[in-house]
Amino acid sequence: MALLEIKNLSVGFDTSTGQFMAVQGIDLSVDAREVLAIVGESGSGKSVAMLAVMGLLPKSAVVTADSMTFDGHNMLTMTTRRRREIIGRDVAMIFQEPMASLNPCFTVGFQLEEVLRFHMKMDAKTRRKRAIELLQQVGIPTPEERLNSFPHQMSGGQCQRVMIAIAIACNPKLLIADEPTTALDVTIQKQILDLLVSLQAKYGMGLIMITHDMGVVAETADRVIVQYKGRKMEEADVLALFESPKSAYTRALLSALPENATGDRLSTVADFMKNEAAISGAPS
Amino acid sequence: MTEIVLEGRNIVRDYHVGGTLFSKAKTVSAVKGVSFTVEKGKTLAIVGESGCGKSTLGRILTLIDPQTSGELLIDGKPINIAKDRITPEMRRKVQIIFQNPYGSLNPRQKIGEVLGEPLLLNTNKTAAERRELAMQMLVKVGLGPEHYNRYPHMFSGGQRQRIAIARALMLSPSLLVLDEPVSALDLSVQAQVLNLLADLQDEFNLTYVFISHDLSVVRYIADEVMVMYYGEVVEYGTRDEVFSNPQHSYTKTLFAATPKSDVESIRARIARKKAAA
Repeated sequence: MALLEIKNLSVGFDTSTGQFMAVQGIDLSVDAREVLAIVGESGSGKSVAMLAVMGLLPKSAVVTADSMTFDGHNMLTMTTRRRREIIGRDVAMIFQEPMASLNPCFTVGFQLEEVLRFHMKMDAKTRRKRAIELLQQVGIPTPEERLNSFPHQMSGGQCQRVMIAIAIACNPKLLIADEPTTALDVTIQKQILDLLVSLQAKYGMGLIMITHDMGVVAETADRVIVQYKGRKMEEADVLALFESPKSAYTRALLSALPENATGDRLSTVADFMKNEAAISGAPS
Repeated sequence: MTEIVLEGRNIVRDYHVGGTLFSKAKTVSAVKGVSFTVEKGKTLAIVGESGCGKSTLGRILTLIDPQTSGELLIDGKPINIAKDRITPEMRRKVQIIFQNPYGSLNPRQKIGEVLGEPLLLNTNKTAAERRELAMQMLVKVGLGPEHYNRYPHMFSGGQRQRIAIARALMLSPSLLVLDEPVSALDLSVQAQVLNLLADLQDEFNLTYVFISHDLSVVRYIADEVMVMYYGEVVEYGTRDEVFSNPQHSYTKTLFAATPKSDVESIRARIARKKAAA
């Protein structure tokens, strides 16, 4: 049975000009030990879909789904209190801006131990030990000293490592990474991706990678969902996706990669969709 | 003979970090003796990780910060803004485009004013002329005259970057410094902006200094590549030289870190994963 299974998820936002549908009828499933990448441009609803799973959307959002089960629990009918217990422990999320997702007023150690206190009910001594162990696992040198550092004293890459440490603190079954490396340099990006994938393999987690970067998809994913304007365009194994993309939109995305440039111009998704519409006569 | 628009000779930039009660004053060298030349109509890409001094160098080239020592020549004329006043003519020659189009546009300024301001400050053009030129520029960068009276928040990231490009081009510069112009943008928008930059380079015979850490973009756009590491140039050559035969270990690390999206690499990765499982 799949770890997370979502059928026909839609998310709408009430705006002054009527309801805006950010996600329209997405089906999605992730198995334990699987890396699923959700790829799309900004505004494609890839983050919103995952925030809906986490219950992190504002009240103005209307979430509907035929079913949403995580590890046998029905997430739709669950009480808020029950959801709070699962989120952070069994499902954890890493966000794009590591500097912005850590609280600048508290030390790294405090924020790391907070999770352990809340979810694992550990005493102070065990928490300390576990926090040091976690920082070691994510590759932060001299973890004992680092526990007393504030986020601004660390680099972006190190902050992201701390975020990962917080996310894996309770041995989650599912880790959702929302553009985890977009704010980072290539060399640091490589390190963070390697770290995520190795942790995923070591603990047998399910991992959902939300990204707009086809390079990140190629380096990490087992299976890929391509999303565009709130709809699923294609779902395929990573190799099949890059070898023979079925949807026109995926082909457009791949041809927009600078390394796939033919001649002087890059083809853009806009050009592509225009041609597509002209061929099929579909309204754009 | 080709014309050399920009030349740097042993440019150094030091920052003095003032001492406090608890620490001694120290000097940080952000750029340690960098030399290069760029020909008219060509693109020099400066590559490196954050903190390597590539943006500091960009600011020196744009005459925002002075160099501590070394010579900067634009159109063959030496400039040192620490000593000389910059004339409007000098200002017009170099313009910069920043990474974050959300931070580089004043939210309270209409697009028309954004585009008119460089003309207002550096030329004697009348309001009507400024308006006319701004309208023309909007069309050139793929926007329309109807955008003239709108505010920055009404635009997407890609559109804002077009506006920033339009503003930089208002004074018809010969040299454009692009400081990570597409790294805040999505893949498909990135492609549009890169195409626009290529078109504009052809049309106005512009010279670009393209600062980036994304090697796939650099490979696409650059004629010459300079790799910086901790303020020093570790590799400098034509694009083909650097990409086909990187010499320095840092350049090799950079190449190794760049995600590979060809089918062969994916197949190899999956095979490795299967073997490990």
